[in-house]
Amino acid sequence: MSKQPILEIKNLHAGVENKKILKGFSLTVNAGEVHALMGLNGSGKSTLAAILAGRDGYEVTEGTVHYLGEDLLELDPEERAREGVFLAFQYPVEIPGVNSTYFLKAALNEIRKSKGQPELDAIEFLELVKDKIKLLELKDDLLKRSVNEGFSGGEKKRNEIFQMAVLEPRLAILDETDSGLDIDALKIVSSGVNKLKRADSAQLVITHYQRLLNYIVPDFVHVMADGRIVKSGGKELALELEANGYDGILKGL
Amino acid sequence: MSTATDTIESLVKQEYKYGFVTDVESESTPPGLSEETIRHISAKKNEQAWLTDWRIKAFRYWQTMPEPTWQFVKYPKINFQDISYFSQPKPKANAPKSLDEVDPKLLETYEKLGIPLREHAKLAGVAVDAIFDSVSVGTTYREELASKGIIFCSFSEAVHTHPELVKKYLGSVVPYTDNYYAALNSAVFTDGSFCYIPKGVRCPMELSTYFRINAAKSGQFERTLIIADEGASVSYLEGCTAPMRDENQLHAAVVELVAHDDASIKYSTVQNWYPGDENGVGGIYNFVTKRGLCKGKNSRITWTQVETGSAITWKYPSCILLGDGSKGEFYSVAVVNNMQQADTGTKMIHIGKNTKSTIISKGISAGRGQNSYRGLVEIRKSAANARNFSQCDSMLIGAKCGAHTFPYIEVKNTSSSVEHEASTSKIGEDQIFYCNSRGLSAQDAVNMIVNGFCKEVFKELPMEFAVEAQKLLGVSLEGSVG
Repeated sequence: MSKQPILEIKNLHAGVENKKILKGFSLTVNAGEVHALMGLNGSGKSTLAAILAGRDGYEVTEGTVHYLGEDLLELDPEERAREGVFLAFQYPVEIPGVNSTYFLKAALNEIRKSKGQPELDAIEFLELVKDKIKLLELKDDLLKRSVNEGFSGGEKKRNEIFQMAVLEPRLAILDETDSGLDIDALKIVSSGVNKLKRADSAQLVITHYQRLLNYIVPDFVHVMADGRIVKSGGKELALELEANGYDGILKGL
Repeated sequence: MSTATDTIESLVKQEYKYGFVTDVESESTPPGLSEETIRHISAKKNEQAWLTDWRIKAFRYWQTMPEPTWQFVKYPKINFQDISYFSQPKPKANAPKSLDEVDPKLLETYEKLGIPLREHAKLAGVAVDAIFDSVSVGTTYREELASKGIIFCSFSEAVHTHPELVKKYLGSVVPYTDNYYAALNSAVFTDGSFCYIPKGVRCPMELSTYFRINAAKSGQFERTLIIADEGASVSYLEGCTAPMRDENQLHAAVVELVAHDDASIKYSTVQNWYPGDENGVGGIYNFVTKRGLCKGKNSRITWTQVETGSAITWKYPSCILLGDGSKGEFYSVAVVNNMQQADTGTKMIHIGKNTKSTIISKGISAGRGQNSYRGLVEIRKSAANARNFSQCDSMLIGAKCGAHTFPYIEVKNTSSSVEHEASTSKIGEDQIFYCNSRGLSAQDAVNMIVNGFCKEVFKELPMEFAVEAQKLLGVSLEGSVG
């Protein structure tokens, strides 16, 4: 049985205000797969994540992005989220005064509504999140606090993965989720991500360092430079990168 | 990025849903203001000589006063001779004796506004006095309240049925010499609500007045007086709307509250006068004096206001903390959108010992709106151990609006403490995008963030009002992002 493609990016060229960042980026991610996208700062990793999530201010000049066969670039960011695209932010945003439970319940109900499922009330919602919050070893009181307000760096990142656990996306994009995490937090986040792996969904893990891939084992590793993928391989590519550095890989091309 | 800023700028296109006009034959005095106008109003209301004299004194005093110019709002000079000072729906042959006899068109108007007055439909647990232009059209739950000795009726009626109370308290908190618009109101006020809670009685339901301006070219000048006798308590709500008209209309009210020993008064306002269109044409000038006197020991007055309407809002609901151990509180949300302007805040005057005051003010500016907080905390020499806490937060939506803060603090007693906190924040593109990326629309995101910002104030509102206020806020800001 051939695998169902979740994300198909073909020859994507994009940038901001006349500055080209992505220059012919192509990638196909199938259901059940975990892809790691690695590269130096400035290679275009976070730009790709922002474009996939629909952030304003980027201009796509060439190429296509299909998500479950649909033209992803035609959708508003909230429509993408409702269709199952999830971005774990590199820098999660604080929203003072907005209760985390309320926020996440509203988000989940938007997604359920778009699928034609009934909305959950507060009690049903709390029942649902109880297990998920344990998965990320988060404190219960987090749900009573304002979204990301006063959270430590590690708590913010764990909260992103917690949201992902609740929203159950078909495509999760993790943008440098490992940055700023100590090793214990890294283990917790990784084990959370691993448990969320499903046969019908895919994960695109963006990272600068190999160390995350000790815990999240990818099916494919891609190295990005100057706006496109320059080398792809299995998980052993990450180890090669660890041994020889980006220089070693880029020189060998 | 320019595209991002453009999106946030474009949020403000909302139809004012209470802008309809009731087609009712009304009887208005011709525009103009003179002693004759005042005698005419007084005669219309069949008032006793003392009240007519009081009005005339106020009018003469008003004529000597310069129009104030210190406020941070701009408007063309008001021509007081252009306003009609009295307008009422034409009475039927016989004056209505009960609500069943009130002109159905008027009852329909209030029903459309969500305030049913008819016996079978009236709001559960809320007694309503409905003021239409210059007169009260009816008051619900009167008998139930009367059985507890509570007086709740229109001001005009109280003047006849309880002249001794009116005479004793009228002008005792806001004398007609107080300020320009209070003097004008004292001269020409037409109706309003009167409420007296006797000793030891806790009012069993919310009391509410709903103000509606309908007639064109008229001003509304109402007067509200609430007295809570020893150990009494009451929660009072006020709502207001007006039709959409191209000309500005003046609403200059005076509200006086008196709390005796151990009494408490909670006064909540949801102000939704017509704000004018997006270019600033039309709308109500809401120039109001509201003040409460904590006369007795351990008395308490709480002002909660949600101000979303009016072209200009200019008012400072205040507390005079005279009784030892008395408490004053002010919780405010003021929203300006399009071309709206607001200069609002409070005054807390500490006179008694161990008096306490709390001020929580949330200002939201969108469109090209200008929002000012102006507040005075005054601790007199006599106010040993007085305490004040003030918090003034401003939120900006878009780049063309403004937020301003003018806090005044005067402390003449060394044993007191005064705290002031202030913050300004902006709804950022990144916050909206974060919400978008979780499936929430930009409009829902703004509503959520703004409601979160106002939470501390909303929790002070009576339950039904809190829900109403949240919805109203959403409506007021509709179109400010998108």
